[in-house]
Amino acid sequence: MTASSAPFTPGPKIKEPRIRSGRLRPGAEQWSWRFMRISGPLLVVLILTHLFINLLTGDGVNQIDFAFVAGKWASPLWQVWDILMLVLAMLHGGNGMRLLINDYAHHATLRKVLHSALGVAVIGIIVLGALVIFTFDPCPLDADPSLLPSFCEDVR
Amino acid sequence: MTATAESPAVGEVKAMTVTLRILRSKPEGTDEHKPGEQYWQEFQVEAHATDRVLDALHKIKWEQDGSLAFRRSCAHGVCGSDAMRINARNRLACKTLLKDLNPAKPIIVEPIKGLPVEKDLIVDMEPFFASYREIMPFLMTTGNAPARERLQSSEQRDRFDDTTKCILCAACTTSCPVFWTDGQYFGPQAIVGAHRFIFDSRDEGQWDRLEILNDKAGVWKCRTAFNCTEACPRGIEVTKAISEVKHALTTGEF
Repeated sequence: MTASSAPFTPGPKIKEPRIRSGRLRPGAEQWSWRFMRISGPLLVVLILTHLFINLLTGDGVNQIDFAFVAGKWASPLWQVWDILMLVLAMLHGGNGMRLLINDYAHHATLRKVLHSALGVAVIGIIVLGALVIFTFDPCPLDADPSLLPSFCEDVR
Repeated sequence: MTATAESPAVGEVKAMTVTLRILRSKPEGTDEHKPGEQYWQEFQVEAHATDRVLDALHKIKWEQDGSLAFRRSCAHGVCGSDAMRINARNRLACKTLLKDLNPAKPIIVEPIKGLPVEKDLIVDMEPFFASYREIMPFLMTTGNAPARERLQSSEQRDRFDDTTKCILCAACTTSCPVFWTDGQYFGPQAIVGAHRFIFDSRDEGQWDRLEILNDKAGVWKCRTAFNCTEACPRGIEVTKAISEVKHALTTGEF
């Protein structure tokens, strides 16, 4: 018996794990999954609080007008709150749509077209929304004063 | 015949007529149907409530229509050959009793979904096995082999006990809505097969397998629909196993 003294020779190396999708971006899907896991609960809190403040406190749905929105966006808290909600909702929803496109659009060209359209929509809405939130003028000069928030009188 | 009808034995199971609606297809076609076209055909068989769907299929094949094609080997729920879609759920025909299916209505039998149908209830299992092969379902070690067996405590064995029960019947993979739409997805079974080795203390190829499952078509395709857990005839908690693989990938803990 020479088995105990013979050096161990491993068998031929198993072929390297290949990327099934043919794309070398390891970990990308893992981050997409992590993002969904984190943004989901965050969105639940953000949106439910948003709905609670807007619809259940004060005069409820009747209070929502230009003055109410202008009043809210005068505070940095609600600016940050709304931009967070916008960005997270668009990315979370957009990522979900991306996964659906991956599942159902089998033709490579169709997938590319749908993915680009989705990307344009997501980025477009985020940019437009951010623009509104941060460049919002609560006291336009030629507006009816009765529609404006109360603090506009001090500004003029 | 008359003797038993007049004095039924205690606890005798009454025979009844069951209707089976089977989704059939013939690669060579029939007079009415093109080659490969799927069509429904109904059969009526005399059976007992305690008979299995497989018994009813046998009766059809042996007594009514010998051209009916389906796979079965052991007929006792171990070989995993006769997974089929019975009343819209993936089950093993040999483990499904007629009495559990409401035999008053026609019992609907289809081939499992998501794999190419070859004939009647027989599908091409090759894509399924290809996924299984890809996760390397064999012990991978480094260094010298020990002179005796590789020791393992019973706790270490329990860690992956659930996923050792897999019989490769494909009931889970072909119940997965992601597998139906996306031909790339490994499917639940391959992840179960990987789980069995990833969490085995004797195996050293965890990261090779995790690398494969970290791919675009790997575990992240799972949307936790739980169809696989419901379908598994061996009672494996498939979705839980997939989640444990995800957990190992995100935290590096086993």
